[in-house]
Amino acid sequence: MSVGEIRVPINSDQDIVLARQKGRLLAAEAGFSAVDSTLIATAISELARNIVSYAKKGEIILQPLHNSHRTGISIVACDSGPGIPDIHLALRDGFSTSGSLGLGLPGVRRLVDEFQIVSSTGQGTVVKVTKWHQEQHER
Amino acid sequence: MEVPILKQGEFLIATIQAALSDADLEQLRLALVQRVVRFRSRAVIVDVTAMDVMDSFASRTLREIALMIRLRGAETVIVGIQPEVAFAMVQLGLTLEGVATALDLEEGLDYLNQKFKTIN
Repeated sequence: MSVGEIRVPINSDQDIVLARQKGRLLAAEAGFSAVDSTLIATAISELARNIVSYAKKGEIILQPLHNSHRTGISIVACDSGPGIPDIHLALRDGFSTSGSLGLGLPGVRRLVDEFQIVSSTGQGTVVKVTKWHQEQHER
Repeated sequence: MEVPILKQGEFLIATIQAALSDADLEQLRLALVQRVVRFRSRAVIVDVTAMDVMDSFASRTLREIALMIRLRGAETVIVGIQPEVAFAMVQLGLTLEGVATALDLEEGLDYLNQKFKTIN
């Protein structure tokens, strides 16, 4: 386990609330603005919800990031669920297989700065997103 | 965490007081629809000032509440969406289209009073 890492097991809809609260706290500690902390908490909520809806259980791993020129937060959502057969389709606005609005992944991608997804059918899904401090990120 | 629902004349006011799980939101949806029927309410105000995150599920549930209540012939107003929450919702692509919104409880009540005054 690396320094400052927070792991939140996701097994039910209650855990979605817990994960996003921990994420918001971590974001505030890392100096993120109220707007960015809300974007981070919302992204965590969506990722955790995907775990509950599709894989039933998994984990959210939150990690503050510091390097010489910027700080940020990394969010990893991983599960051993059914996986996503067609990632390109899942990243398209309006696509859903669980009767939701189908905005999950494309929406999350808009909330963060970096977005990576690895998924294989029958083995699970890992989504890794990063949000950087806005000031340092844009200048 | 159950959401208290207050009867205020012909209106119902549901004030969300803490972060809600999916199950809590579904419970609120059921409770509101049942009470609109029981009290023959003309409108419902859902105060979301205390909600720090409005994700796709919360947004969809609020929209469903408004649609169900409309089928009963009553109106729904969502009040108190925080600026950060509104920012995140739009980025996420959630618009609550077709649902009336107001700045806060007071404005929501004004809106409904105006609306029903013109009808009466």
